Amino acid sequence: MRLEQVRKAFNVGQPAEIEVLHGIDLELGSGEFCAVMGPSGSGKSTLLNIVGLLDRPTSGLLSIGGQETTRLDDAALTRLRGRSIGFVFQYHHLIGAFTALENVMMPMLGDAGFPSRAMGERARELLDSVGLSHRCDNLALNLSGGEQQRVAVARALAMRPAVLLADEPTGNLDNRSADVVFELLRRVNRTQKTAVLFVTHNPALAQRCDRTIEVVDGAIVGSACSPAPMPAALPPG
Amino acid sequence: MRSWEPFEWIVAARFLREGRWQTVFIIGGVAVGVAVIVFMSALLTGLQANFIRRVLTAQAHIQLLPPQEKVRALRGGLPGVVEDAMQQAPLQRLKSIDQWPAVAAQIRALPEVLTVSPSATGSALVIRGEASRAISVVGIDPALYFRIVALPDKIVRGGTRLSANDILIGTDLASDLGLGVGDKLRVTAASGADAVFTVSGIFDLGSKGANQRTTYMALHTAQSLLGLQGGVSSLDVTVADIYGAEDVAQRITALTGVEADSWIKTNAQFFSAVQAQITANTAIRFFVGLSVAFGIASVLFVSVVQKSREIGILRAMGVTRGRILRLFLLQGGLLGLSGSAVGSAIGAAALLLWRQLARGPDGLPLVPVTLDALLFVAALLLASATGVLAAVAPALRAARLDPVVAIRG
Repeated sequence: MRLEQVRKAFNVGQPAEIEVLHGIDLELGSGEFCAVMGPSGSGKSTLLNIVGLLDRPTSGLLSIGGQETTRLDDAALTRLRGRSIGFVFQYHHLIGAFTALENVMMPMLGDAGFPSRAMGERARELLDSVGLSHRCDNLALNLSGGEQQRVAVARALAMRPAVLLADEPTGNLDNRSADVVFELLRRVNRTQKTAVLFVTHNPALAQRCDRTIEVVDGAIVGSACSPAPMPAALPPG
Repeated sequence: MRSWEPFEWIVAARFLREGRWQTVFIIGGVAVGVAVIVFMSALLTGLQANFIRRVLTAQAHIQLLPPQEKVRALRGGLPGVVEDAMQQAPLQRLKSIDQWPAVAAQIRALPEVLTVSPSATGSALVIRGEASRAISVVGIDPALYFRIVALPDKIVRGGTRLSANDILIGTDLASDLGLGVGDKLRVTAASGADAVFTVSGIFDLGSKGANQRTTYMALHTAQSLLGLQGGVSSLDVTVADIYGAEDVAQRITALTGVEADSWIKTNAQFFSAVQAQITANTAIRFFVGLSVAFGIASVLFVSVVQKSREIGILRAMGVTRGRILRLFLLQGGLLGLSGSAVGSAIGAAALLLWRQLARGPDGLPLVPVTLDALLFVAALLLASATGVLAAVAPALRAARLDPVVAIRG
């Protein structure tokens, strides 16, 4: 994934125009785990929305898997987003009307249109890998906060994305649950070579990432490397 | 999740199930609307059919009459100058429709026409002993005429036999003259021709005037009595679509040159009453349908607001705008369909109850209502379509939601 001189402004052409990202250059390689730190309002979430194809940059280039995305139409962006990018948010955002298993199946279902046995098997496998095989048939609303976030991680991995974007996924969790979720992302990153962009305010977690970038006032002001130990392997997929 | 269920169906059904009470109340609202429409439609259709049956079982849909005698002004040598400005209305003599067998054949060939029945009608005097009554003689071909006016159903004594010397009379004439089946009476036409007839049947047309004046006899007998040898004074026509009678009448006039009057024209007041009823019914259905549509739309708008985060997440996961649009349209359709299914059941129950309870002193239903399957199918289809249409605006709103804004809430 590569960003070249990405700028993002709101209220373009109006007196209240404001630029929140000022020419971001960033490259995230396969299997790289990069922490993004910075004070609130510095533009981290906007950066993640642009990388996640949820928002378009005002100028600059964004390539994912070698494909330049800034000129794609909404349908193509949606397809690329669904197949290449997984999201884990600070709040789990599971769909309460569905069970844990169905939530994990949802990206595959949304892509294919009809459910299949393979989707169910894949979802069970992912829930098993996050240690929730016994909670498959529970409604998402009936799970604990840590369990819900682990289901959200499993859901983000459903389409085997090349990039995983995690926007403060441990922000609402206690230390133990936060550690579990972080380790989960780390394992996915190491075993499946999934690139991870991990927004956090927690310096301890940032230190356990391969690299940390610091965003201040819409610009990357610093970058540092901090190698981490190898975790246990996840099931294939 | 079953493999045949598409994404939209799975999510729509689950969203509706999740908003349980919201869904129950809007289905209830749709059901009440549909029940009112079903009940009113069946009742008004029954009422209309009853009125029309009463009117049209005693008369033809279209009647062809010979042209009226008209007076022509004398014109002098100068163009445009009328020398004899005084005009006296001419006498309207009883006369036959010119070339009536050919005219009848032409009319019969029209696809909209069901029956063409010739009749010879005139006035006469019936004498029995020292009593006499003015009557209207109607000469008919029973095989054809009974297809237009169901006279056999109105016979209270005797039968419908109409041989050369038979006559059918009304109950009031029979009682005025002390006549029974098999009795004889003398009928004298205005021309002075007379004949003796045997009463073969006594009918009740449901009107004292008609029962006192109307009599039926065989066509050729009436022709002789009225001096219309071989001729007929009118051709009675029935058509498949009673509301299209006026159009057919105009076509017949254009085709044959004989003036044709439809029941719509001759019963203009009655027809406008029927039309007013249809219009009022349509207006009520429209406004009930509109309120159902607003109800569904408002519930779905609320649902879009409530589910905006879920919609944003689905969009982030790669679900297209089209799928989101269809997901909400489907919810509208499902609400319409479920509400109309419940409403149809309530409407049917109300109609059955009405049929049981609303009866006249004679024990017969006040208004004969039928449970027409087509009405229920139409209610289901229309309500579902209304639901889908009502869902268009909320569905568009959902599909256009910016996932970033939606997720942020």
